[in-house]
Amino acid sequence: MEQNTPKKRKLNIIFIDLVFLGLLMCGLVLAVCVGKYSVSPGESISILWNRLFGLPSDLPMMTQNVVLGLRVPRILASVVVGAALSMSGAAYQGVFKNPLVSPEFLGVSSGACIGAAIAILLSLTTLYISLFAFIGGIVAVLLTLTIPMFIRNRSNIVLVLSGIIVGSALSSVFGFIKYVADPDTQLASITYWTMGNFSYIKLSELFVVLAVIIVPTLILVLTSWWIDVLSLGEDEAHSLGANVKLIRGMVIVCATLLTAGSVCIAGTIGWVGLIIPHFGRMLVGPSNRRLIPLCGLLGGLFMLLVDTLTRTIGVEEMPVSILTGIIGAPFYCWLLFRQRRTLS
Amino acid sequence: MSTIYDIKDISFAYPTLARKVLDGVSLEISEGDVLSILGRNGAGKSTLLGCMLGLLKPQEGETVLSGRNLRDMTEREVATIAGYVPQNHIPAFGHSVFDFVQMGCASRIGIFSHPGKREREDTASALLEMGIEQLADRPYTEISGGERQLATIARAIVTRPRIVLFDEPTAHLDFGNQIRVLRIIKQLADKGFAVVITTHNPDHAMLLGGHAAILDRQGHLVSGKTEEIITEDSLKRVYGSDLSLKYIEEFGRKVCVYPNL
Repeated sequence: MEQNTPKKRKLNIIFIDLVFLGLLMCGLVLAVCVGKYSVSPGESISILWNRLFGLPSDLPMMTQNVVLGLRVPRILASVVVGAALSMSGAAYQGVFKNPLVSPEFLGVSSGACIGAAIAILLSLTTLYISLFAFIGGIVAVLLTLTIPMFIRNRSNIVLVLSGIIVGSALSSVFGFIKYVADPDTQLASITYWTMGNFSYIKLSELFVVLAVIIVPTLILVLTSWWIDVLSLGEDEAHSLGANVKLIRGMVIVCATLLTAGSVCIAGTIGWVGLIIPHFGRMLVGPSNRRLIPLCGLLGGLFMLLVDTLTRTIGVEEMPVSILTGIIGAPFYCWLLFRQRRTLS
Repeated sequence: MSTIYDIKDISFAYPTLARKVLDGVSLEISEGDVLSILGRNGAGKSTLLGCMLGLLKPQEGETVLSGRNLRDMTEREVATIAGYVPQNHIPAFGHSVFDFVQMGCASRIGIFSHPGKREREDTASALLEMGIEQLADRPYTEISGGERQLATIARAIVTRPRIVLFDEPTAHLDFGNQIRVLRIIKQLADKGFAVVITTHNPDHAMLLGGHAAILDRQGHLVSGKTEEIITEDSLKRVYGSDLSLKYIEEFGRKVCVYPNL
């Protein structure tokens, strides 16, 4: 029986992965169909099929444009962003051995907000807003990482505190930028940007960002077992033979790139990177080898559903962060309730 | 008998503390040795283990591990020779006991790789050896303290190191579990592992026999055969109270008792 359990568990996890992969596929088709201009599932599958294999389609141009020009890019973007944020959340939580850490905590989001806000102040195009946001996010994380070097204490707790310091300092700067921004045009765009949305995404930009996301994702998946080892604590991991500095550095860089990449696609989106890894752990346990790939699926699915909701409920489109917050907060409460026994 | 650890005159001070925690400590540990390191709270027992594992870098002196200078060795090389059982604590995530023990194979795993068939088999046999195979699928955070200690020992021996270092293996355990863990340590020694433990309890050192070392508040270490090192005088110096050593014929060994409060 002992020999049997790991194999059975493995099958179980493959089954869970397949279920969510199936749900994601259904979600994709559903998301293509719904919206102001509705398309039947048959039509959308035929358009996608023909497009993939370069065949001509006999459906009206209007339908094709809505599907290929508008919906497909933002649907892909939402799946990519959800997956990236969730995987980076899981990785951060592992290396900082704290399940309450979210991808934003090293200051990525606050830095990205400042970058985007500066680009908006300078009246630059959306491409530059994304680029500035990306750079801002990376600079903020670098700042967070340098403080422990000055204090000469590289423990996790100092890093977390340093993230809080940098985060709040940067939000003051961000407040200042908002204060000097033109309230009628710039302030509105800045505010809109910080609440996250997928409506401006172009397929060409998405592919650029995808390059920034795919490589770190692969590295995280490959090093996922070592994230488990690091989650035991620095000394213990070191004594087991782990090159803690190298692995931790690599995971932080990759997770940060994932977060910064998704922030520059869609603005700042809260909650996803915190709750999806929790939900994933409930399904497959804390082992990152199983958790990180599953988080990709779960996060992609979650974000796809949320984005589809934002553009189908109500007359006006709603910023994504509002919905993730409304769904995320009670969901997190429920997760905490489920896990209350194990949280001491 | 081949030497595993040859510690030569090491001194260590934490950057934030003025006093030296270890001051000119020398120690030799050979194949098959059992060594109990005694000392008061905060005397630096864990610090000494940290220096032996390369987690801490002594400012003076050098440590030779299996014929090589510890400073020139990677963490991976150290881990293949010395297994470590840290003080019992509960980690943030409830990995299954199997996964937890399997992490003991880290020194064999490439940085972009993960454990394979051989590691799974070694893990299964380490669990069996510790008698905790029935816990394999339980979360490590949800088993008892004694069981966690056994899992941590299994993790330390899964790759068959030459020596196992225990940091206060009996701390936070009830009386029965303390004895159980000591018995397992003794069995490990019988199987040929060299064993080092730190402990507060002189009785544990005498139960294990072999060698003992006493680390005092000044960071000096004396070591030798247990019965020569643990005397009423030395105990008084370390613990500052009148402990008494009585020979009990029935057990054929000395026990450490406190006469009266």
